Amino acid sequence: MIPAVIVFAYLAVVLYIGIFAFRRTPHGGAQEYFLAGRSLGPAVFLLSLFGTNMTAFTILGSAGHAFANGIVTFGLMASSSAFIIPLTLLFAGTRMWALGKSHGFITPVQMFRHRWECGHIGTAIFVVQAALLVPYIIIGVMGGGTALTGISGGVVPYWLGGAIVAVVVMSYVFFGGMRGTAWVNAFQTIMFLSFGAIAIFVIGRGMGGYAAAMNTLLSSPATAPLLTRERISPLFFFSYTFIPLSTIAFPHIAIFCLTAKRMVQFKRTVIFYPICILAIWLPCVFLGVAANSLRDVPRIEQKLEARAALASLPSSAPADQRASLRRQAAGDDVVLVMLDRYAPLWLAGLLGAGIMAAVMASDSQILALSTMFTQDVFAFYGGTARFGEKVQVQTGRVFVVVLTAVAYAIALRVPQGIFDLAVQFAFSGYSALSPLLFAALFWKRSTKWGALAVTLWVAFAVIYTSQVPGALAWYGLMPVVPMTLTSVVLMVVVSLATPAPSTATVGAYFRPAGQ
Amino acid sequence: MNKLLPALAVAILYVLHQDLWFWRTARPLVFGFLPVGLAWHGAYCIAVALLMWWLTRVAWPANLDDHR
Repeated sequence: MIPAVIVFAYLAVVLYIGIFAFRRTPHGGAQEYFLAGRSLGPAVFLLSLFGTNMTAFTILGSAGHAFANGIVTFGLMASSSAFIIPLTLLFAGTRMWALGKSHGFITPVQMFRHRWECGHIGTAIFVVQAALLVPYIIIGVMGGGTALTGISGGVVPYWLGGAIVAVVVMSYVFFGGMRGTAWVNAFQTIMFLSFGAIAIFVIGRGMGGYAAAMNTLLSSPATAPLLTRERISPLFFFSYTFIPLSTIAFPHIAIFCLTAKRMVQFKRTVIFYPICILAIWLPCVFLGVAANSLRDVPRIEQKLEARAALASLPSSAPADQRASLRRQAAGDDVVLVMLDRYAPLWLAGLLGAGIMAAVMASDSQILALSTMFTQDVFAFYGGTARFGEKVQVQTGRVFVVVLTAVAYAIALRVPQGIFDLAVQFAFSGYSALSPLLFAALFWKRSTKWGALAVTLWVAFAVIYTSQVPGALAWYGLMPVVPMTLTSVVLMVVVSLATPAPSTATVGAYFRPAGQ
Repeated sequence: MNKLLPALAVAILYVLHQDLWFWRTARPLVFGFLPVGLAWHGAYCIAVALLMWWLTRVAWPANLDDHR
């Protein structure tokens, strides 16, 4: 129970930071609650932006994915993100920041409505964005349940672990708004950046060094491919570089870009972002792979046996048997199992707190959805004008509570792996929505009808790919590639076929050279 | 500075991510334990950080700072 106690102490600290932020916050209305008054300093901006983008699967899902698929996990998700995300922050994030500052935008939909001179099309974009964000929030609750159950050795059941994490996150988002969330995220980023280095050292020492583990894996035909990428086609690998396009299109990241006090804060962020990715993902992926050598650890041996049974299952086997074996073989908890085995109790607790830090990243998504609801729906349809800004902020807070409760209820009923859920719905969908943002920021001729075409296409494609296995996976590519390319084509073709926004509006976004 | 050079650097880094040359081999184990494919992508992250440092010097959108 010692690790669980340390983790609970950590949760209390996080809660305190959120409430402390609330007490330090000048009660200045919507801009203050939802954007921290656009006043975040350089260190909090970097740490919090990175932390915002690291979710439960950063530690649990990535190690689990690497446990099953090998080192390819790092190239698929980590190094591609290390490249694409800073690039999009540098060129699109800075532009959004400048436009947000000059026009007072708080959400991307506000910008789309202004940029394309539309109202209800903006609402359609909001609906699709919100629907895609909810699974991302559920991941946080699921990860909380899995992590607390693992850290407590099963004493805290999954449903209770998820509930505890949900309540803590809800509380500091409710009280602290963006400032509280950003401070907590910055603290959490420091926690889980420390986690990787300590975990790899402690577990490595416990295992007697990694060289022997790697040689054990290489000596078996069943595990040697985990140390290469021979089981993955280059086209599939290439298609994963489209996934990080989702980051800049995620409302919580786009909104976060508006919180910087000065544009120069993006500089340090884009330079250090790849280093932060390296520091957290490399240990997690490596540990996930190395776990395959631990045949003397009963919980890992059971997973390996389930994996072998799954591989030899005839295609005519019942679906529930296949699903049961898949659940048993899932490796989302392998890092926790390794800590349990090799780390002293107090250290396992501290490292468990590091895991909780990553797991609790759903705070930004909850706040973003609340911000979007109050700005893009409540304020847009006259709520703020009628009831005032104070009621708008209170509405945002109520929305935080309702949303967290709904996410928790769903998390108890959705039996799907953390990683699959994230990729299938949120990431692919947001990647395919990214042309909306790029067109708004960089293409004068883009129109609201092009934006609507992209939005409807993404809604259809996400539903279609989630219902029909293998749909849009053309030529071995992931569905995200045809989804995103189709979005680009639709934006171009439909925009060119429809009237452009007024010259005055376009002029507010694109100044002639030299002015 | 000409935009061509930063664009070319970005394109080269994008191609280097697709490291077909280490696709089917785990050896050599860098530092005695890190499969070469994983070590490549670790080093790749450091290369990206250097690229970003350079881009913020030669392609920083300074005009946006006075956009408002």
